[in-house]
This record gives sequence, structure tokens and C-alpha cells, in this order.
Amino acid sequence: MSRVADSKESPMDVTPILEVRDFHKAFGGLVAINRLSFKANQGEILAIIGPNGAGKTTLFNMINRFQPASGGEILFEGKSIKELSPARVAAVGIARTFQILQLFSNMSVVENVMVGRHLRSKGGMLATGLRMPFTRREERNMFDAAMGKLTMMDLKKEAFSSPLSLPYGRQKTLEIARALATEPKLLLLDEPAGGLSTQEIEQLAQLIKRIRDGGITILLVEHRMELVMGIADRVIVLNYGSKIGEGTPAEIQSNEEVINAYLGVEF
Amino acid sequence: MENVKRTRYASLALFMIIVIVIPFVVKSPYLITIGIFIGLYALISLGLSLLMGYAGQVSMGQSAFYGIGAYVSAILTMKCGVNPWLAMILAALFSTFMAGLLGMVVLRLEGHLLAVATLALCIVFYTIFAQWKSMTGGVDGMPGIPKLSIGGFTLTRDVHYYYLIWAFLTVILIFSFNVVDSRVGRALRSIHHFQGGSEMAAKSLGISPMKYKIQVFMLSAAYAGIAGSLYVHWLSLVTPSSFGFLTSIYPLIIVSLGGQGSLWGAIIGAAVFFIVAEAFRALVPILKPGTSGEYEILAWGLMIILVMQFLPRGLVSIPDILRGKGKTKG
Repeated sequence: MSRVADSKESPMDVTPILEVRDFHKAFGGLVAINRLSFKANQGEILAIIGPNGAGKTTLFNMINRFQPASGGEILFEGKSIKELSPARVAAVGIARTFQILQLFSNMSVVENVMVGRHLRSKGGMLATGLRMPFTRREERNMFDAAMGKLTMMDLKKEAFSSPLSLPYGRQKTLEIARALATEPKLLLLDEPAGGLSTQEIEQLAQLIKRIRDGGITILLVEHRMELVMGIADRVIVLNYGSKIGEGTPAEIQSNEEVINAYLGVEF
Repeated sequence: MENVKRTRYASLALFMIIVIVIPFVVKSPYLITIGIFIGLYALISLGLSLLMGYAGQVSMGQSAFYGIGAYVSAILTMKCGVNPWLAMILAALFSTFMAGLLGMVVLRLEGHLLAVATLALCIVFYTIFAQWKSMTGGVDGMPGIPKLSIGGFTLTRDVHYYYLIWAFLTVILIFSFNVVDSRVGRALRSIHHFQGGSEMAAKSLGISPMKYKIQVFMLSAAYAGIAGSLYVHWLSLVTPSSFGFLTSIYPLIIVSLGGQGSLWGAIIGAAVFFIVAEAFRALVPILKPGTSGEYEILAWGLMIILVMQFLPRGLVSIPDILRGKGKTKG
């Protein structure tokens, strides 16, 4: 709604879709996220990198409200989402994938993606139980939309198989398809390249770029530098929950502090 | 997809034929009574199957909702002169409402704690039924509950109630299939964390696990409430002893026996459960004269052990196993 109001279409469109201010998270004495502020601009691929334990996944969990922030503010399209439930966060347009795959193995591939259409349909228990006409239409639409996503991801042939029967890399793609089925404005990808071969990473890079070109802003947590440096518009580097660097991939690769903390001198 | 539907319709047709034919073949009034109990418990188990087999939430308190349905029907017809059919609707609604209220509290718990909390519901409501004498008639219960009638024809004989209960069961089974095959059914499966669901993923896709847990708990209570109402109008009598601990345990055994995550499992489980128990009751005194019929409890134990050991996916998985597709999955 507000999107219509502030779409000024200026050539230098810098309205941030996501703004994190002074984000703070402590588990007892351990500070996981330390007064972190950053912005994600509409339509960019923003990568977040950093050594293990830097707080990257915690940050994602704070953005989609799995974990409450100890302090700070988070704005999505200019509105605070700090008090929303995770399900509401999904409803405003933030989808995500998981570092450890969270596919529904008790459903087929296409059903997994159809769950992604949950927010785009309404039939409740009574309406679906009575098979009211609108629920049948919805069901057909959900199925068609899910098949569309699977076709896009080249998973159509496996639509009726169990997700567990897919190779690992395809399972990761399926999780992205499911997240995309919610039609998000912002997509959080948590280590999508983990466990993939070089060739698969190549395909993943193309896929992520295609998603971005479709108008979806992407926040990417990733360890594989060949992916990050290849596709990210900007990179943020975390270490012990603090931001130690921010800039274009080229700037990051020549940043003294980042090299010492994470990339290593030889990079 | 089409194949699944065709099998579904064929199974339903076969099911209805069997249900209709049985009273023509089985003449013993006692066995018709068993048929009524199978129907009533299949109805309760159907609700539990949705709750436990689909959404992964255990309940040991279904007897409470069965009892609420029974007592609300009894009290409304006896004390307020309400039409029995209207009383049945109100009983189901009240049972559903109570489940919503109680569900908001107990469904915050998980696993064993949820089992214990729902078991507490079973005990609390049993105590209310037994002790609130002015309202429920205490341990003696309430006799003389009016029979149901359809357009001036009063249902008096057991076989009438057999058909009525199985007709209800058929309609509710179809309703349940529709729910399971819909976005609601997928939402329920998505939060079943023991069996391939993931609450985290569900939330990230906009599903509120709590909302669906409460809704399916309410649905299971509605089924149990309807069963309770049918039960008292058939028997014309309500006593608290029908809603004790075992009444909550039977559906659990039935669902495990038939197969979790299968709606047919609830019905097949109920049938096998009662038939084997009856067979034991008849057989043991023949083999060992002088014993009374309490040996059916052995049959239940035996059934649970055998199914857990050899058929973890329940009796409904037998055809798959025979076809060689029964390899245990994840």
C-alpha cells in the first residue's frame, strides 16, 4: 500500500526497503549482534559475510522475528516490524530459506511450494471441509502457481516426488521456490551455496540474479566468496556481531580490517 | 492426482456398501451394538487422527469433549426441553467452544507435557460429570433422555442408530478428506514436527502454528461432541463412567493401530480394535473356563506391541507393504 505512495521512480532510487537501526542481541553475557545498523536498497543483492559465529544467522532470525531483538529498531518499507509475529513478517513480504534445509518431507515437491501460497489463499477449515466453490478455485490456482514456480526452477518433472528424493542441490532450489511462492519483496537466503558443487554454485548465481532482476531485493548470508563476490551489489562484513566493513565487493576485498578478520591475506 | 481421487471415490463407495450390508448379514443385536461403538469411536478417532496424525498434537483428553457433547445434549433435552437435534448442534458447538478456550492454554505445551495437560482435562471433566449432582445427576447419571426422530419417525431400535451414526461418520469422513486435501491440511502437516513438518518453515511462509493447532483441536472436539450426543440419544442414559480415562485411551490406541496420518486408519483401527477385543472376550473363557471377560485388555496390549513392532505406519500400510512399497521412510 505504502509502496504506491512512495514510489517516486527517481533515477537514483535509494529508498531502503529494509532498515536496521542499532540492532542488538545478547544471549546472557554473549553479544551476538552488537549495535548493528544497515540499509538494504530496493532491488539490490546485499551480502552479509563474516566468520563462523559472527551472528549472521542470528541476524536473519531477528529480521523475520524468530528471535526477539534485545534492542534497536527494524523498518520494512518504512514501517516497524519489530513487534510482528514471524507469520506476519511473511505476510508483509519477507521470505527466507534456511541454512539447514526445512523442507516438508511429509509432502510432495509441489505441495511444498503450494504451502508457499498459503498467504495468497483464504479457505478456512469450514470452507475447505465443505468444498465451497471458491476453495476449489483457490486450490487450482495454488497448484498452477506452484507448478509455474517449479517449471521456472526446472523441477517440474519431480513435482510429485518426495523432496527427500531430490539431490541436495535441488532441495536447496526447492526451498527457494517455496519462499518465492509467497511473492516476497525481500528474500533472505541463508547460505544457499553451502554444500553445492562449483557448477551448482554457477547455476545458483544465475538464479539469484534472475530473482533480483524480477524486482525482489535479496539479503544473502554466504561463506562461498566466489558466489558473494560474483553477484553482490554490496557486502557487509560482520565479526563478533559488529559491522567491520561495508562496500562493493571490490572495496571489501581491499579492506585491511576485513582481510585480517576473515578473508585472509592471500585472498 | 486423478488416480488418487478415483481410489478415494472407490474406497468410499465400497465403505458405504459394507456399512449398509452389515445389518442384513449380522443378525445378532449384540453385534449391532458393537457396530455402534465402532462408529462412535471411529468418529472420535477421526478427530484425533487429524489432531495427532496430521498436526502432531497428542491429546489424552478426547473423553472430555465426548462427555461434554453427551451431557450438553442430555441436559438441554431433559431440563430445558430442547429439540434433540438442536441439542446435538448446541452440544457440538459448546464442545468446540470449550476446546478453543482450553486449547489456547494447553496447546502452548508440547510432547509429553501436552499429553499430561490433556489427560488432566479428561480427569477434571470426569470429576465434574460425577460430582455436579444438581446438573448431571452425579454418578447415577440421567436416565430417560429422548430418542431422536426424523420427520415424525422416532429412531428406537439399535439398527436405526447404527445407520444414523455411520451416516454421520460418512459425512464427517468426507468433510475431513476435504480439509486434509486443502491448504488447511497442508498447514496442519507443515507443523507436524515429528513427521517431516517444520514449524520454523511454516512460520516463515505465513502460517501461524498456534492458530492451526487450536483450530484442529476444536475440530477434533466437535467430532467427539457429536459422538457424545449421538451416544446419549441412542442409549437414553448418560453416566460419568462412560467418560473416564479409558475412553480417552481407546482413540489413541485406535489411531496408532489404524495408522497415523490416515483417515481410513481411524475407521479401520476402530473396527479391528473392537472386533479383536470382542473375540478375546469370547475366546478366553472357552480356552480357560471360569475366567470372566476382562481379558480384552490383554488383546489391546498385544495389538499395540505387534503394530508398533511390525507396522509402525499402522494397519493401513499393509497394502503398501504387500506391494513392496512399504520400505520405512525417514
